[in-house]
Amino acid sequence: MGTAIATHVPSGASVLLGAQLEQMIPFAAGHEIIRQGIRELTLMGPISDILFDQMIGAGCVARVYAAWVGNVSAGVGYCFRRAMEDGLPSPIEMLDYSNFTMALALHAGALGVPFLPTYSTLGSDLLEKNSKLREFVSPLPAYGTADRKEKLVAVEALRPDVAILHVQRCDEFGNAHVWGNLGVAVDAARAARTVVVVAEEIVSPSVIASDPNRTLIPGFLVAAVVHQPGGAHPSPVQGYYGRDHAYFAQYHEQSRSAGDFESWKARWVTGVADRGEYMNLLGSCRVEALGVKEHAYSAPADFGY
Amino acid sequence: MDRPENVCAIRSVKPGAPSAGSVRDDSLGHGYSLGQLMVAAAAREIHDHEIVFVGMRLPMLGFLVARRTHAPGAIGLYENGVIRETPATELLYTMADPPNLRGATFCGQMLDVMALLQQGRVNVGFLGAAEVDRFGNLNSTLARRDGKTIRLPGSGGACDIACLAQRTVVLLQHERARLPERVAYVTSPGNGKGDSAVNSAGNSIGNNAWKNAGNTSGNSAEKPSARRSEHAWRRAQGLPANSGPSAVITTKGVMRFDAAGEAFLASVHPGAEIEDVLANTGWPLRVAEKLQVTAVPAAAELAVMREIDPQGFWTK
Repeated sequence: MGTAIATHVPSGASVLLGAQLEQMIPFAAGHEIIRQGIRELTLMGPISDILFDQMIGAGCVARVYAAWVGNVSAGVGYCFRRAMEDGLPSPIEMLDYSNFTMALALHAGALGVPFLPTYSTLGSDLLEKNSKLREFVSPLPAYGTADRKEKLVAVEALRPDVAILHVQRCDEFGNAHVWGNLGVAVDAARAARTVVVVAEEIVSPSVIASDPNRTLIPGFLVAAVVHQPGGAHPSPVQGYYGRDHAYFAQYHEQSRSAGDFESWKARWVTGVADRGEYMNLLGSCRVEALGVKEHAYSAPADFGY
Repeated sequence: MDRPENVCAIRSVKPGAPSAGSVRDDSLGHGYSLGQLMVAAAAREIHDHEIVFVGMRLPMLGFLVARRTHAPGAIGLYENGVIRETPATELLYTMADPPNLRGATFCGQMLDVMALLQQGRVNVGFLGAAEVDRFGNLNSTLARRDGKTIRLPGSGGACDIACLAQRTVVLLQHERARLPERVAYVTSPGNGKGDSAVNSAGNSIGNNAWKNAGNTSGNSAEKPSARRSEHAWRRAQGLPANSGPSAVITTKGVMRFDAAGEAFLASVHPGAEIEDVLANTGWPLRVAEKLQVTAVPAAAELAVMREIDPQGFWTK
């Protein structure tokens, strides 16, 4: 992980995190970015749960392009608020998206076109304030009409320098199987200039090839593969572990003031060398309690002929 | 856009009458809690066979109640890309919790469900917000309190739903600070500044529709009518014709919208006083001529809520 982050996430880069919404958030990668003291990042993602809040609190962030920044089960993100309201620990610039316009921005990036149109955000202050959303009059008549020209919003393409995606399993070349909550991961992998894959399990290429519909990230787009079991904790990974709801609630309580957050960070991020030590700190009881209680395998698909 | 016309049958219940069964979280002293009353009101905004953008907490319970009572054919969409027809077997904290994916009918990309929303196929979307104003605009981005601007998490999918769903239903606490004349930031557009700001002819139409609004039968079972569909302000912005705010379910009552896009009080919850509602609303809220009392939850609805949320986690 240390090498992957040092190589692919320089200060000043734009980094996409949290593509699968509340699942498979690459917390281990985010914490490594904090430990390496990387600065001036532009964070991109639809919602981020508490990872963006932590990276903002640690002073890694100059800009955020997102639809939602906070703590999904507990409410606000205090570090985000301090940065936005008081410029602490450093001011950040926020471009507010909606979930759909963020997905479209990445889809445009994935398709290699400068923008995609939508009706969403018309009449909102998001459209008013976000310079990457621009109203225009359609050159084509509205669907089902002869000549009515409509207003639309052009959502500018986003091409993050690097997308960090947590997956269930991949082979050593980065060909990755993802299932469950996909969010914007497929477009994120194609829109980004570089992809870092963090996997719960490394499997042989034959496992990947046994179910190619489940391969959401082709390996030739991937610059680095990190094997990091538990790397998404406290967010869940379908089939591997559940969501640690208590951890999100505890973070909420333990980040109320800047001093609280420093203590939290010293314990969970800078106080450990890597994710292995973090998992030890979490303790085997807690890790076991989050494990899968009842497996639910899908029916196999026959690729025979 | 076709819309199923078979509105749920609501039995006649006298306001305040105790319903069958007992619950431990009986905050109103009527055999049900305020949260349960709001869940039942949310459930009744869903008609059978409708496609619903569900959301979390009370609306999610409302969707499950609707499915198990009057709307067994309703389909639930979640903005993370999930479509499911059965309730998850465990209580959810987020829509991406593993129990919401196991047993889902469809797990795709966010764009897959947003595509359905933009096509106009989603009948009703549920939203929360920090503030809702006189014309149904929602703010979940910034709040001004005591001269200080407080930064809130932002839109998420709320702006998309408010722009594109046929009907938007909002649930929130009924407090004066949360119901201002005009929101500080339009995260999710409702009816803007109202149609009188766009076209003065809208006012007279609006008043008529408002006076007639109380005539709809059966408490909270009014059919959300097509009267929202041609709000001049929304059309001027370029928003889809068949879209816009339909109801605001608060902790004190239910507001609906007249033809000019302005909110009016359509029903008060059992035990709530109109004066209290008006005093806690940040603009001179108009009251329907035939103000209803919000229908209390039926025994069957409470039974579903107790089964899904036995500890009353969401409805206390």
